Amino acid sequence: MLVISCIKQVPDTTQVKIDPVTNTLIREGIPFIVNPYDTHALEESLRLKDTYGMRTVALSMGPPNTEVTLRKACALGIDEAILLSDRCFGGADTLATSRVLSAAIERLAKREAVGIVFCGKQTIDGDTAQVGPGIATRLGFTQLTLVDRIEHIDFLKKRIRVRRKLEGRHEIVEAPLPVMITVVRELNRPRYPSVPMRLEAEDATITVWDNRVLQLDAETVGLKGSPTWVSKIFSPQRDQGEIIGDGVHDPEGTAGLLIEKLMSKDLLAV
Amino acid sequence: MLIDHALFIPLFAIAVATFCYSCYQRLQLVAVGSPENRFDQLGVRLAGTLSFAFGQKRVLARPYGVNHFFLFWAFMLLLIANGMFLLEGLIPGAGLNRLPTPLHHGLALVFDLVSVVALASVAVALVRRLFFAPAYLENDYTSAKSGEALLILALIATLMIAFFVLNGAQIALGKGEAWQPVSALFAGGLGGLSPAALGGVAAASWWTHAVVLLLFMNLLPRSKHMHILTAIPNCFLRNLENGTVQPREEFKKGARFGVSGVDQFTWKDLLDGFSCTECGRCQDVCPAFNTGKPLNPRRVIHDVKLNVLANGASLKEGCAGQVPLIGEAGEGTVSEEALWSCTTCGACLSICPVLIEHMPKITKMRRHLVQEKAKFPEELLNLFENMEQRSNPWGIAPSERAKWLATLGERPFTPGQTEYLLFVGCAGAFDSRTKQVTVALATILDAAGVSWGILGKDEQCCGDSVRRLGNEYLFDKMARENVARFKEKGVAKVVTQCPHCFNTLKNDYRQYGLEVEVLHHSELIEQLIADRKLRLPKKASVGKTIFHDSCYLGRHNDTYEAPRQVLQAATGARPDEFGRAKENGFCCGAGGGRMWMEEQTGTRINLERVKEAVERQPDTVCVSCPYCMTMMEDGLKDVGGEGVRVRDIAEVVAEALA
Repeated sequence: MLVISCIKQVPDTTQVKIDPVTNTLIREGIPFIVNPYDTHALEESLRLKDTYGMRTVALSMGPPNTEVTLRKACALGIDEAILLSDRCFGGADTLATSRVLSAAIERLAKREAVGIVFCGKQTIDGDTAQVGPGIATRLGFTQLTLVDRIEHIDFLKKRIRVRRKLEGRHEIVEAPLPVMITVVRELNRPRYPSVPMRLEAEDATITVWDNRVLQLDAETVGLKGSPTWVSKIFSPQRDQGEIIGDGVHDPEGTAGLLIEKLMSKDLLAV
Repeated sequence: MLIDHALFIPLFAIAVATFCYSCYQRLQLVAVGSPENRFDQLGVRLAGTLSFAFGQKRVLARPYGVNHFFLFWAFMLLLIANGMFLLEGLIPGAGLNRLPTPLHHGLALVFDLVSVVALASVAVALVRRLFFAPAYLENDYTSAKSGEALLILALIATLMIAFFVLNGAQIALGKGEAWQPVSALFAGGLGGLSPAALGGVAAASWWTHAVVLLLFMNLLPRSKHMHILTAIPNCFLRNLENGTVQPREEFKKGARFGVSGVDQFTWKDLLDGFSCTECGRCQDVCPAFNTGKPLNPRRVIHDVKLNVLANGASLKEGCAGQVPLIGEAGEGTVSEEALWSCTTCGACLSICPVLIEHMPKITKMRRHLVQEKAKFPEELLNLFENMEQRSNPWGIAPSERAKWLATLGERPFTPGQTEYLLFVGCAGAFDSRTKQVTVALATILDAAGVSWGILGKDEQCCGDSVRRLGNEYLFDKMARENVARFKEKGVAKVVTQCPHCFNTLKNDYRQYGLEVEVLHHSELIEQLIADRKLRLPKKASVGKTIFHDSCYLGRHNDTYEAPRQVLQAATGARPDEFGRAKENGFCCGAGGGRMWMEEQTGTRINLERVKEAVERQPDTVCVSCPYCMTMMEDGLKDVGGEGVRVRDIAEVVAEALA
């Protein structure tokens, strides 16, 4: 049974700046990282491999340099890495992206039954949290979002029980396999690649599937297949703050002023 | 006839054969280790051997060492006496009296007197072990009063007494040496005996001496007293590199990384195990051991020896050993927690009388854990990821690196124009407290008219912590990138405020072909003051100061005076000293990557150090390292020493500027 992790290469957003003139992201010289939530998706699939011997596949859609990210997945122990890359996939929104990823998963499913598809709960660049649910919808898989623990997998009955992390509470849900699971950070602690694995990964085969392989209607993928587009990116204007009191010479009085201020804005409950 | 040659010769042959066989066995075990060249720079090695082995330099660093010095030299001289003794037993008619008379008499006198010295040293050692043993002689596997130690002392004493009784009886019989005043006293004691009885006493003494000598020789390779054979070679074969710098690793498929079994250690690492006398000085100075951590450097060396003894036979046949080197602590096995407890302060390296290399072995085993097993304390995962992705321990965006400059304007390093690269370091760029030190240093450099610049967002972490933690793969990448950048920018002189950057750039990067002048700010400021480029008209108002040595500036780079001179120039008074200062300085607890780890076992190292500071009642504890700064400030808060300030030497100097 296959366990698939969908991962995305994203710019290290702590380092991304917005060009004040063009209002676009300055991506030049910004290093790429694996979307942090996706590292937990990878880790969980590897744990299933360690425990049940499931075969692991990492999927990523992106430009050719996404190969670097997939190699990192190989260094962690992923069995097969597939890059979905084609000019016509470029500029995709979440709908078009989920179409390509779903097509790839369907293709894999012809080879071996797919049990679980893992996605990070969202990416740190787009923050939409839509691609995972989009895949579940396209494939007709049950979607289990915001999962922070896998409680049990019954392979005979083909059922999975997981815990979802919601605002102020947990929810335990059970569903029939196959499922699409989006994961939160609390699910696990990602492993660190060993050096021998890294060296192996340097020469690992990264399979590339372009649209000749996936055979999708070019009108439904990439920019053309994307009903949403970003019209403008900008940094919100922040009001100038103010300095109150004198923290150096009168720390206690200043703390009092701060508390008063917060209370007056109803930010501190008594 | 005194000596029955027919009996002695076969006995001697058997004893020599078993001795040689034991030594051969041990050497075979040492040969299990991987190759390493320790025969370069012969002149330096010989000079070191003279000073460390024959001069007993480090043995004498502690008062009691004098006793060992006397015993050592008594041994060296009595080696000739015992050689003569054995010759007498082997060749009929051989003896001292075959030598020219002046030499004959001279040697007889020397042997007689030196034997008294040896006997006295043994007596002192025995009394010390039995009644005044220092705490560090004892630990969980060895005891000052151990049977082995007492047996060896008893054997030496027996040898000396037999020597005197033998010579005394000979003198009483009228066949003795004229120039043996001490033996003559024994002769007086035996005066009442008949010639026949005297002959019997002489024969008994001779045989006692002979048998004990051969027994002693055979005990050596099978006990910790093997150091008598190995200590001198171990001094000759010492590491001539900086103790923190470990060999590079080659990252190719199929290679092994670090050490997981004794056969991956070098032969010199294994020889260290057989050179240890278990004197316990390393244990006595180890900050980890002294604060209740499971690390004992003496135990690490001992376990390496036990492991090679246990696994040697199978390793020689190319099979894996039965006893794991790293695992659940036990005989021959070092625990992971022990390995992670090391602060790489180097106190063990600098105290060991026979120059055993404890710390490098720990780093080698860490390399295995991190690189092959990806197994390490979980706090380090973030550190490694941050270092790999953003080249700093906190994972802060590199674009923030130059923010500390806010008030000073941009100061880029311009190739061909700027003289000094100010390598700010991660703490200097990101840590809010250390940023103040960076600003102070920049102010000083400007006041002295030094041409300096920074790399800004292009500066990357030097990789000190990751290397000491055993992540050589990551260090290798960082070092290659940094060295390439320095070369591309034509950097010729670097100044750092962090002893860890300083040591890495100066010593580690030499392995990557970087040959630039690297100065710690204490050295540059000292030079600027001496050259009258930096004038300090005011006296910094920091009250009574005490200086805490950074391990990476002091012990690892022998820089003790520069920061003290700088403080004296800035305050008008030489700083006070800790009880443990300079070579004996006590670590703050943050080196070796410990800065990024929790310290949950035992007491905290920094608390031990600040308590020592508070006892001296300073107003200001002066440091020269960002890690020491953090550890001292945190520690002082914990012991209620808020009245005591912590200042980097640069901050003190900046206060003394006009």
